[in-house]
This record gives sequence, C-alpha cells and structure tokens, in this order.
Amino acid sequence: MTKRTEKILVCCGTGCIANGALDVAAAIEAEVAARNLDVEVSVDVVRTGCSGECEQGPVVRLMPRDTMYYRVKESDASAIIDSLEGDPVEKLLLKKDGMQVEHMDENPFYALQHKVVLKDVGIIDPLSLDDYIAHGGYEGLKRALEMTPEHIIDEVDKSGLRGKGGAGFPTGRKWRTAAGYDVFPKYIVCNGDEGDPGAFMDGSTMEGSPHAVIEGMIIGALAIGAEEGILYIRDEYALARDHIQKAIDSAYEAGILGDSILGTSHKLHLSIVRGGGAFVCGESTALMASIEGRVGEPRAKYIRSVQRGLFDHPTVLNNVETLASIPTILRDGSEEYAKLGTENSKGTKVFAMVGKVKHTGLVEVPMGTTLRTLIYDIGGGIIDDRPFKAIQTGGPSGGCIPESLLDLPVDFDTLTEHGAMMGSGGMIVMDDRSCMVEVARYYVDFLCEESCGKCTPCREGLRQMRAILTDICEGRGQEGDIELLERICHTMEDASLCALGRTAANPVLTTIKFFRDEYEAHIKEHRCPAGVCAELTQFVIDAAACTGCGMCMRACPADAISGEKKQAHTIDPAKCIACGSCREACHFSAVLTEGRSA
Amino acid sequence: MVSAEEVARIIEAYPADRRFALAAMQDMQNEFNYVPEEGLEMLAEHLGCPIAQLFAMATFYKALSLTPKGKHIIKICNGTACHIRGAMNLVTGVKRELNIEPGETTEDGLFSVEIVNCVGSCALAPVMLVDGIYHNKLRVEQVPGIIDSYRAKDGEQHD
Repeated sequence: MTKRTEKILVCCGTGCIANGALDVAAAIEAEVAARNLDVEVSVDVVRTGCSGECEQGPVVRLMPRDTMYYRVKESDASAIIDSLEGDPVEKLLLKKDGMQVEHMDENPFYALQHKVVLKDVGIIDPLSLDDYIAHGGYEGLKRALEMTPEHIIDEVDKSGLRGKGGAGFPTGRKWRTAAGYDVFPKYIVCNGDEGDPGAFMDGSTMEGSPHAVIEGMIIGALAIGAEEGILYIRDEYALARDHIQKAIDSAYEAGILGDSILGTSHKLHLSIVRGGGAFVCGESTALMASIEGRVGEPRAKYIRSVQRGLFDHPTVLNNVETLASIPTILRDGSEEYAKLGTENSKGTKVFAMVGKVKHTGLVEVPMGTTLRTLIYDIGGGIIDDRPFKAIQTGGPSGGCIPESLLDLPVDFDTLTEHGAMMGSGGMIVMDDRSCMVEVARYYVDFLCEESCGKCTPCREGLRQMRAILTDICEGRGQEGDIELLERICHTMEDASLCALGRTAANPVLTTIKFFRDEYEAHIKEHRCPAGVCAELTQFVIDAAACTGCGMCMRACPADAISGEKKQAHTIDPAKCIACGSCREACHFSAVLTEGRSA
Repeated sequence: MVSAEEVARIIEAYPADRRFALAAMQDMQNEFNYVPEEGLEMLAEHLGCPIAQLFAMATFYKALSLTPKGKHIIKICNGTACHIRGAMNLVTGVKRELNIEPGETTEDGLFSVEIVNCVGSCALAPVMLVDGIYHNKLRVEQVPGIIDSYRAKDGEQHD
C-alpha cells in the first residue's frame, strides 16, 4: 500500500522567525515524532522561506490539501496534526468578510499575485536541492547547456527582462556587451546588497529560493563566458548568506557547480563576499571596489563595468531578483515571460509592501499593476481605515506619490515620468499621521550618513539639505527655504558622481511638489499638520470624546497623562514629549493635535 | 586582551590577497567585538599593504568598529517602515534607560546601542534587536522591561 504524503510547511523567513516560527516548527516536529502517526500518513516539516504575509506569521501550510494557518503558536501543534485527518483548525484560518478562508488562492493577498521569482519561496525547502529539482529547478540550466551563448542571450533579450534592482537596464543587452569582449577571466556578480530601507525582497528570495539565484548565475556565466562568480550579500542578511552558502555547497556536490557543470566542459566557481554595511556598495562600481578589498567608493563610469569591471575585467552585475527570473525564462521560453507586464516592462516585480497598510509583506505582481490595486485589493487598505496620504516608492532614491496618482500603472517608466521611481521595490504606505517634511528629512538624513563623501555635490548638498529640513521640522523654517532646497536638489542631480547623489533629490522634490502645503504649514504657521514634529505639536485630549479608559495613560512613556477612571483625562504639556503614543493607543479618537505657539 | 595567536589564526585562514581584507577584519570584529590595532598591523603585514588602507576600510564600513562594543548589542531599526511606526520613540526610550547616545557603550560595558537601517522585518515594525533576537511591534513602554531582563540574566551568572 502506498503511503499518502502530507507536508506541513512552516514559513521560516526572517519575519516569521521573529514571530517565533522556529519554536512552532520544533513543536510540530516534536508532535509528529511523539504521535506515532497512522501508517498511511508521513509528515514532513519543511522549513520554508517567506510566504509573504509576514504580519500574519508564523504561517503554516498543509499540502496537498492546501490549508493555510496564520498566527500559529507552539500550543497549536497538536490541533494542526489532528487537522491532517479532519476539519481545519478554525481559529487559525484567515477571516475575510466574516467567512473563513482555507485555501491560499482564495486569500485576496495571494489571488491577485503572479509569482515567477517567488514561485518556490514558501513552497520548497530552501535547503533541499532535491526539492528545488522536483519543482522544475535546473531545467532552465539544462536547456541553456544545449544552446549557444548567442542563443541564450537572444532568449533573455526576447523576454524583455530588465534589471530589477531599479535601473531597469535590459539584461540581454548587458550580457551581449559583456559576451563581446575577448578578455578573460570574466566575472558574473550577484548584487545582494539590498540596502533600501523598507525593502527586503532580495533577502527573502535568497533565503527562500537560493538555488534559483545560483541557477540564474550559472546561465549568465554560460552566456558571457565567465568561470568565476561572486555573490555580494549584505552584512545584515545572516540567514540569506547561510542558505546561499548551503545551496552552493550542495550544487558543488551534485556536480552542478565546479569544473564540469552537469558533466559538460563548462566551469563555474561561486563564492560569497559579505558586505561591510555600507549603503553605497549597492552601486555597481562601489560594490566591485568593495569585493576587491578597498573602500567602497564609486568611480566615474567613463568605462562601463561590462568592459572593465571587477579586477579590471569584463563583469556582469545583476540583481538577485533579475537572476532569479532567468531560470523560468529559459525553462518556459521567453514568449511566456513576455506575455506578462506592459509593453516596455515585461514580466513581474516583487514589492515589499509595508508601513500603514493592513496586510504587509512581499507581493509579486505583473508589471503595470496599479498602485491602487496593490494598496487596496492586495494590501487590504489602510490600517484602521484611516485616510491615505502617500506611498513612498523606490527607497531613498524614490519619491512620495499622492492619492491623485494612485491609478498609475507601476513599471520602470511611468513613475519616473512623475518624478518618483519604481526602484528596487520598496513600497511604504503612509496615512494622515505621517509628516511629509519629516519623511523627506528622514531620507536626506539616511543618505547623508551613507554618502561616501567622494564628490562635493552629494557630500555637501545632503548636509545642507539636512540642516534646512531639520530647521523646518523644529520650527526654525524661513521664507525661501523651499526654493533653496529646490536649487540644491537640481545641482545635486546635475553634478553628483553616482546615482546615490543624483537621485537623492527625489524624496525632497516629490514631497515639495505634491505636499507643498505641509512645508508651508511648518514654515509659516509653525504647525505640523500630521502631528509628528514634536517641536510643532501639542497633544490635547478632547474631554467630550474621552471615555476615561486609561489606555493613553498606560501608553505614555513620560507619565504626562493623568485622570480618574471614567473621567476625561488630561495631558501635562510640561511633561509631554509629543511622541504620539497616546494618540496611537486611543480607540475613541479623543487625542487631538494642535500647533505649538513659538 | 587580544592575543597575537588568536589574531594570527584569523588572518592566516586567508590567502595573502587584498580581496580578503574585509572578510578578515569582519572575522576579527566577530571574535573580539572590535578590530584591534594589533590586528590591523598584522593584517597589513600579511597582505603587504599600507596600514592606512586598512584603517580607511575599518572607518568606512559600518560593520567594523575600532573600539570594543558592549556585551549586549541593541540595534534599533530605523528603516522607513519602523521610522513611521515610531522607531525614534524607541531610541528615546533606550537613551533614557541607559543614559547613552546611539553609537555609545555603557560604562559597565554591558550594552551598546546602534541605530540601523532596515533589518528586513518591516512587516513587524517597529523592531529592536538585542543580540540578534527580534522584539517586534515594540512599544516604548516595553523597552525598560527588555533591558532589565538582560541585566537580570547577567546578574544570575555572576551570583
């Protein structure tokens, strides 16, 4: 009698681990071991990568019956094992409009997505080469080994794939240029130095599907004629490095990497270089300087890296998500991939949707999906149904997009035309309690810290912008500050050495363009409309709305709130540090803000 | 005190090639909680490069520190998602509890505080890590309790 195989998939991405997924996995494993289960059922606890719905984690999925459980605790292990043979555990199912949703594709968070890069993430065991192969892994490589380099490049070219790190350079064209130089050795480098705050798709891809990245690198190496490859992985991504290293080791053992790729005469050796914790090293020339053992400063690109890159040899640098798209393109053909997306942006893009949106996590959608679909249909709208104010895309190089532009399709070109950019795929949703001037200061401050200091416009421009924005946030803004910021921005755009400085103006220019009234309220009225800038905000309790529940009092870190039970509470302005904890804690919208008279 | 043998063991695991300079210094950072001066000297000799070049790297890369860090490292994530969900309030809370600024170490050598940019757990913002353990969706009023729990653990070990 054949055994029925049941799989229990426990998401162990960074987000779920932070929510206690490892303990849940251990509890389920222990329960399986202790139970001496029915002979017909064998259960595998598979430690998978990120399923995307980090906020609802830890996420556990039963296959093949396809039951998704959310917010699982260790104590649920027994009930989960019981449910293999019976009804699903109701309290762990997703609730949607009063109904319980059992299957993954019925959950709107997944139903509107189309997964190419993330197709195996959360499904396979990232540490198992066999599991990857069972899901069609290394089929693309096998096809590539039967093709000429020229033919591989044609295929990638026809797919329309563009660099998903943000710049959107056509991958096929990059490979073709590098293939054209007869200088050896050549290198293929994977950019895993994902540094944009608010973006974590590359980390999750490396954690959840490391072999897809490796397979993409091997195919790229065949196309350009490289025999050495390096994965430059961010210092903070310990789990991603660990999974990639283990995947490299198992690929060597299986004869997929090394001096004879799958028995052919092709060679490729891969190794990991750990980043040093510098944002600018995500820039191509700085990244290569860092690999060479130097300070990670960019250089002027009179000569491009495809001609003279790493160790002055032809080098192709591709982003994690780009490389992870390659195996599918080779396996299923370029036509299939090119069916997805818009005319000039083919395929899919992974976004990290975070901030004040109900369902946060990773989503992968066809290019051209509108921001409104992303935020409201997939993301479920704004937390507490508060008013939407802006979505910040593209990290520190991107911009803030207002409500009026939410119906724009997201692809490489459309957002850029409006002064923002799709960028690497971070999407931060902001509500009416986010101050746009403060957000601009936040990004400028980030870039000021991360600017390498080599060129003057970036180094000094950011410093001056930070000083001006800090003055505005702290109530010292002056007439003319907005115009001065704009002038500095334009100088930086024109004169900075690398993209860090050239795009640093975007967060400032877009917030000025779309939210100029907020800047003016800070400067002219000494008021922060969002109630964020402490020096310009005073919190008061609306005595008519306050029920005296005491939630705000418990939340206050400064002991500034007092009041009897069921009586209206009051805030002592002398003690208040204007952190806003009380406003977040209040369920009755009784905490209001007003400007602070200077 | 850092012994020359320990430093030598770390350095000699790598070939004498500049491209391994960062990795060797990161290993020292992991082992000693900082990159000691004698480590830079020995590495410069091993690689045959001026010590100034290694010093430039040690001051450029945030993963490296030239002064010893505390026993427990508190990292407050100030990625965008954490920022708009109140990361700076956590910073204020930690500052009040430990009386040090971010980047500093407490006098007793127990805690170092750092502000970091995005640890990739935006969905759980705001996040604070103590020795790599995540504390999610943290509220500022929870900060003193977390710090106390580490103080208590150390107290037990001394008893």
